[in-house]
Amino acid sequence: MLVLIGVLLVIVGFAIRLNPLIVVTVAGIVTALLGGMNPAQILDSFGTGFANSRSVTIFVAVLPVVGIIEFFGLQEQAKILIGRLAKLTAGRVLIGYLAVRQITAAVGLNSIGGHAQTVRPLVFPMAEGAALRRYGHVPEKISEKIKGHSAGADNVGVFFGEDVFVAVGSILLITTFVDTTYHLHLEPLQLALWAIPTAIAAFLIHGFRLLRLDKQLDKEYREYELTAQKESAGEAK
Amino acid sequence: MINVEAVYWLIGILFVAWASLIAADANHPRRWGSSAFWGLLGLCFFYSTWVQAGTAPGWILGIAVLVLVVLASTGLLGHGKHRTTTGPEREAFAKRFGNKLFIPALTLPLVTVILVLAAPVLVIGRTPLLDPKNTTLVALAIGAVAAVVVALLILKPKNPATPIFESRRILESIGWAALLPQMLTTLGILFTKAGVGTAVGTLASGLLPKGSLIAGVIVYCVGMFLFTVLMGNGFAAFPIMTAAIGWPVLVQGFHGDPAIVFAIGMLAGFCGTLCTPMAANFNLVPSALLEMENKYGVITAQVGTAIPLLAVNIGLMYFLAFH
Repeated sequence: MLVLIGVLLVIVGFAIRLNPLIVVTVAGIVTALLGGMNPAQILDSFGTGFANSRSVTIFVAVLPVVGIIEFFGLQEQAKILIGRLAKLTAGRVLIGYLAVRQITAAVGLNSIGGHAQTVRPLVFPMAEGAALRRYGHVPEKISEKIKGHSAGADNVGVFFGEDVFVAVGSILLITTFVDTTYHLHLEPLQLALWAIPTAIAAFLIHGFRLLRLDKQLDKEYREYELTAQKESAGEAK
Repeated sequence: MINVEAVYWLIGILFVAWASLIAADANHPRRWGSSAFWGLLGLCFFYSTWVQAGTAPGWILGIAVLVLVVLASTGLLGHGKHRTTTGPEREAFAKRFGNKLFIPALTLPLVTVILVLAAPVLVIGRTPLLDPKNTTLVALAIGAVAAVVVALLILKPKNPATPIFESRRILESIGWAALLPQMLTTLGILFTKAGVGTAVGTLASGLLPKGSLIAGVIVYCVGMFLFTVLMGNGFAAFPIMTAAIGWPVLVQGFHGDPAIVFAIGMLAGFCGTLCTPMAANFNLVPSALLEMENKYGVITAQVGTAIPLLAVNIGLMYFLAFH
């Protein structure tokens, strides 16, 4: 039970907002020491852990192309394009992306999108463009909220889409673990099938929240205008 | 065959290139600390090839990783000021290029997907062209390179190194968060080696009242959720919670359909992934990429979906898996 101190360190560290890198490193070292590893083994774990997990840093390879197209105004063009479509709101843009992301992930194409390759250059500017068309000006607070939901639509779409596809990591993990440990013979297809009800629920819940997002943004914009009016009235005195 | 190591070397080369740009930037407020951080990170990507092959000692890399953590968390890593295009300049470019700007952005996913789909038939002699164990990674890297080439051809920047200059701007706004996903994976490995999983499993099965199906389903799903929040991904949580509750209680005890119990159990874990800073590549890297004020803004946007969805998963498992 003593090893749980490491978990506690992580929770406390994140809660008091220390630099996550330090929190994670210290928690790792403490846990390893409590688990009876010696310093040489711990250093070795940090090294092999880094070497084996390089794949999560793949988003870096996408940055050069995103950099150059942003330099030439891709985000602005995405805004202009959305601005022409009168019926689109931030929430509806994001529902559309959620649907595309979920459906493509469900047929195994989850590399089609991502935070570096689609959310930053395309999805967020489009959603913000829709808000700009509606309000004429996007205050920082609203922009921040749209950013959070742009990334959120990507995550929800891919998490609850990819599990409907048979050859995805999480399904294969279930079958290999269960088949070797409990001597069952689970078909990946069965698991994928039973992921469908949750996938539908995820789309309904998240889609509903994105529809409500437009109303929340409307409300926040009214509040923003009110305070701006009050401030300018105050200055007039 | 294009091996996945080639992809890691490409990433390493990019890091070293950005480090040299920073080192050459006399106005950078953290010139040496920042270039040391990104340069060392790049070298770690090269050196890892031999660690993974088992031909170089891992502890040297371990020391380098700890140096990176120290550089990043002692304020030696910082942001430079970048000369990039201004708002009006970008609008002018957008008018000039119009929808052509989308071509490179769409080249990336298109090339990636085509390569992933075509990988099984892309064979030279008997060797596959793309590393079969890491097809997606290799395809994505090729897609990224192809998209840069297309962008250079269409946009014809004065300086062909523009993609590197401009991506340095994005990289510096991500900052130390770029290293976090890898550090969290290492933490997961250390947790597992030290027996954190078994301890949590014992705790969870101790909490369980005997003989109640709904309690079993709730403890399994909520356990998957919480354990995923702690570890950052459902993959680490699944074997532990399944060994503690999913298999002995739900499948053996209550005769649940294993496919339904395990599929939905994993999805309950995914709800946890939406709520945790430990899943840095999904939740913290994006907030850095989008230059958000609040680092936890992505999680804030997702919690409202994750909690009701967890409840739905509990209901689905309870009503579907047991007849």
